[in-house]
Amino acid sequence: MLPAPTLTSYLTVAAIVFTISVIGIFINRRNVIILLMAIELMLLAVNLNFIAFSSHLGDLSGQVFVFFILTVAAAESAIGLAILVVLFRNVGSIDVNDIGRLRG
Amino acid sequence: MKDIALVLPEIVLLTLACALLVGDLFVSREAKGRTYALGIASLFLTVICVLSLAGPLDAPAQMAFAQLVVLDGVSTVLKAVMLVASALALIYSWDYLVKHRLDNGEFVALALFSTLGMMVIASAANLLTAYLGLELLSLSMYALVALKRDDRLATEAAMKYFVLGALASGLLLFGVSIIYGATGSLDLATISKSMATVNRIALAFGLIFIAAGVAFKLGVVPFHMWVPDVYQGAPTAVTLFLSAAPKIAAFALAYRLFGEGFLAGVDEWRVVVAVIALLSVVFGNLIAIAQTDIKRMLAYSAVANMGFLLLGISTGTVDGFAAAFFYAVAYAISGLVAFGLLVVLSARGQEVERIEDLSGLNERSPWLALILLISMFSLAGIPPTLGFWAKLTILESLVDAGLTWMAVVAVVASLIGAFYYLRVVKVAYFNPATSQDVLPAANDSAGAVLSINAIAVIVLGMMPTALVGVCAKAVLTALR
Repeated sequence: MLPAPTLTSYLTVAAIVFTISVIGIFINRRNVIILLMAIELMLLAVNLNFIAFSSHLGDLSGQVFVFFILTVAAAESAIGLAILVVLFRNVGSIDVNDIGRLRG
Repeated sequence: MKDIALVLPEIVLLTLACALLVGDLFVSREAKGRTYALGIASLFLTVICVLSLAGPLDAPAQMAFAQLVVLDGVSTVLKAVMLVASALALIYSWDYLVKHRLDNGEFVALALFSTLGMMVIASAANLLTAYLGLELLSLSMYALVALKRDDRLATEAAMKYFVLGALASGLLLFGVSIIYGATGSLDLATISKSMATVNRIALAFGLIFIAAGVAFKLGVVPFHMWVPDVYQGAPTAVTLFLSAAPKIAAFALAYRLFGEGFLAGVDEWRVVVAVIALLSVVFGNLIAIAQTDIKRMLAYSAVANMGFLLLGISTGTVDGFAAAFFYAVAYAISGLVAFGLLVVLSARGQEVERIEDLSGLNERSPWLALILLISMFSLAGIPPTLGFWAKLTILESLVDAGLTWMAVVAVVASLIGAFYYLRVVKVAYFNPATSQDVLPAANDSAGAVLSINAIAVIVLGMMPTALVGVCAKAVLTALR
């Protein structure tokens, strides 16, 4: 019989998901779409944090924040994919290594 | 009704921006100049709304919408400066946009929406409002950078800006969620009150993430990778827009979070912010020396200048925040002249990519060369320009806070930085001109407004007391 999940268990899961997404952004050397997926994952980790705290504190504002994050994330991925389409037209590839004209 | 009256400027700007976005579809290509002029006019109309709502600078803050939005002296000054900076950037850009076939309605509509996002940040009294304003600003900026759809560099820059910007938002939000868990509130005033009693480890953990997110948005070392790429890759008119008002918005974000929210927990964030600030001042100035592309050079100059601004915030004193406020305003005014000049030159047929492209500018147009000289002196912090007083107030606040060694490092880094600003002036004045075409003098509206802007840098530099006083009074009222 597993013990009932506590606040710490939720926060641990969120922290693990968050770490995976940051690693996905920095280690990923192949595909821009994976970058976009990692960004979405990061926002979901934050949502999990907010919901866990909101339930723990008995305060609704955290859950309201989650609704706003979900909406903004949708807008954000729309713009990200639009930029990706334009980039593909110009470069002919969505490989991270091909996007290196600028030296930054 | 009182709530709605307090956000009237935002409502006005939102309505006008939406109307412009839709209305522009029914305007023929030849008449796009009219919608563009309407966009500039709507910014000035919003300035009038902001100023007519404002009470005296030291009036108590008014809250609206269940403490989500605040209207105080700081928000009034911030909004007025942001709107004027955006309007100036639009005024300088028109000829450039026509020449580069970017004169469709999206530019002005996106500029208005991003300005609206900045205004929301300036009025944020809750972490939710700050986040929404920040996202409205960032999403519009990503689209603006990608506006030149068939340009490879511009779209690459937009992609980098998007990925790093979204990462920054994620870090900021993670920090916000931890602060919410630790303090039990999203309201900045409530967070400020409960600072003393919360778990120090959770607090420090959350604040580090928030500091990283804000540092990304400010574009300071070690989160500055996007700045040179975006400045270089984006069309110069977009770089001009990006370099002025959003910097004030980034200060507004730092002020609302670290000044109004987390000032009581200053011991947890002071060291992190100080390290970021010193690294940017030193590395920004050093790397800028090696640049041959003028937009990249100005980008590293922006990194160094934002580091200087953060030095003021890192003192954690009210004077430090007042100095940083003045610095943000002064930097925006001087930066507008520098990038405005590049845009105006480009519209007149002299594309400026490398620093050498400015060779012999003095022979071809003494007046434009003088404007360049003024902007470079102001960015370097040479008297009698506005930039000198901005740096001086920051240094004063550092010394008053007992951080003399940081002031010394900042002065040495600025001395190194003076080299690359003066090199630009040297190229413009002493190198032989590569082309003998005479550049038209400042005889159109963009040139005239640019001249007034450059003269303002000098005049405000000779009489800085009024502007310093406004910034100090607004911040002193809010933070005491």
